[in-house]
Amino acid sequence: MAFRGMQSFSTMAEEKKLFKVTIDNIPVEVEPGTTILNAARKIGGDVVPPAMCYYSKLQGSGGKCRTCLVKVSKGSDADPRPMPKLVASCRTTVMDGMEVANITSPEVLDARKGVVEFLLLNHPLDCPVCDQAGECDLQDLSYEHGTEATRYEFKRRTFEKIDIGDHIKLHMTRCILCYRCVFTADQLTNKREHGVLNRGEASEIGTYIKNSLDNDFIGNVIDVCPVGALTDRTARFKNRVWFLKPVDAHRDCDKCCGKTVLWMRGDEVFRVTARKDKYGEVEEFICDTCRFEKKEAKDWVVEGPRKVSRHSVISQGHYVGVHKPHETIREVMSGRDPKLLMNIHSVSEVNQPSVDLSKIDGPAHSTDFPKINGVQ
Amino acid sequence: MQTLTNRAQPVDRRPMTFWEKMYLPAIAKGMGITLSHIFKKKATVNYPEEKRPFSPVFRGLHVLNRDEEGRERCTACGLCAVACPAEAITMEAAERLPGEEHLYREEKYAARYEINMLRCIFCGFCEEACPKQAIYMTETFAPANYQRKGFIYGKDDLLIPDPKNPITVKK
Ligand code: SF4
Ligand code: SF4
Ligand code: SF4
Ligand code: FES
Repeated sequence: MAFRGMQSFSTMAEEKKLFKVTIDNIPVEVEPGTTILNAARKIGGDVVPPAMCYYSKLQGSGGKCRTCLVKVSKGSDADPRPMPKLVASCRTTVMDGMEVANITSPEVLDARKGVVEFLLLNHPLDCPVCDQAGECDLQDLSYEHGTEATRYEFKRRTFEKIDIGDHIKLHMTRCILCYRCVFTADQLTNKREHGVLNRGEASEIGTYIKNSLDNDFIGNVIDVCPVGALTDRTARFKNRVWFLKPVDAHRDCDKCCGKTVLWMRGDEVFRVTARKDKYGEVEEFICDTCRFEKKEAKDWVVEGPRKVSRHSVISQGHYVGVHKPHETIREVMSGRDPKLLMNIHSVSEVNQPSVDLSKIDGPAHSTDFPKINGVQ
Repeated sequence: MQTLTNRAQPVDRRPMTFWEKMYLPAIAKGMGITLSHIFKKKATVNYPEEKRPFSPVFRGLHVLNRDEEGRERCTACGLCAVACPAEAITMEAAERLPGEEHLYREEKYAARYEINMLRCIFCGFCEEACPKQAIYMTETFAPANYQRKGFIYGKDDLLIPDPKNPITVKK
């Protein structure tokens, strides 16, 4: 398993001995200074706590959302007392002989349920409208750890939608204040222009009088955002992720690695994103030219279909390994093709080959669709 | 060959007896069965004069619903299309412009929505999947048509008329 974000302590690892940790009764040896979360990721599988704010590629991330809570039932060999409260595993470093309980502790699972409820308190739950649906960490988290119904009866906080620059849409109402985008803007781009304003329940992602963020790498905030608070305006409402086919592609780019995932339908490129690993973290950040401006199949070298987990809705309707049956009609009709009884494009108004939705700048509007028999 | 069930019967290939070769008794027996049906209850109804009642859970032709203010409920979320086992539903979404709030309930709506009734198997999964109570199956059939192209139902066929602004376009 890839084990990233450890540059800071890998240099001094040579002279230090490894710490032995037990997570959910599975032992693992890690370097001192590793967090419990990263130790669990080294084991992999079900014992990895979910993380909504920690991002291995962003320094200083983590400690905001509390979904990664675990129980430390034995502090270390030197001091075997358990920790008095559940700890955030992304911010707690391991000790030698530490024993950690994640999914084996009912207390942790119960606390996580509570955390999900808190994260959803002000969340609008507008998944049917949201472009992130289908690849949203909050959806997965609440599906796995949340309850079906809310107990919250008060008015949820709402914000106006803001265009951050030409390409990014901010739906502050959906934000869970994980600070990932702030760290991305801080660490990846030359000039940080947005951050979190105000405090506590009133805090929001602000851009200082809506300063547009035009940096070469600012588009990466879309990929790091675990929810649909920051979305790609160029692909806004164009298609649901599960109707698009993700393919790995690359191009020669002088600003970034140029390795991306294209979200295609037919020959149209609807969206370009960075490649994400199994924890939903991007493998390599990509520049805004690749992300927003190269929306033609001919700009890219397609490597092949992206592997999508079978359990993801994105893999729905993607038929792999299909065997096309041998066409016999031509042979028995002495070379004549069968008569096509109906070409769907001659009747259907959807997916017209002559209209490229992906070429429209921003979301489509009623002006892009002429009325048919008085309705649109 | 191995039989699939233990109820398979071998075909009787013996030559016909004299009695069987006469045919007439067998014909009389057959006519007797036909005659007895005249006095039995009919299995059919005289459609269209007489119509069978639909079951309350009948899954017929779809409609797209509006909310109490007459706005379109569908938000083009695509859940019906991904739930559809026959892949009969397609749609294209658009963003609601300022000033269109009286037309569409959500900020995104289906500008195009089509059901291919040639593909639809009337399973009702779309109705079940819809989070916005937008698509419903009614108690009626998809009417017959002379051409295949008449079975591609667009929004003009599916959307229920707006009680406030009825459209008078004739198809
Ligand atoms: S906008 Fe997204 S990435 Fe930024 S703090 Fe909110 S949820 Fe996190
Ligand atoms: S009834 Fe079933 S087959 Fe027909 S459109 Fe709905 S989901 Fe598809
Ligand atoms: S009919 Fe319902 S399920 Fe289908 S796209 Fe519209 S809102 Fe979604
Ligand atoms: S991932 Fe640890 S607190 Fe958010």
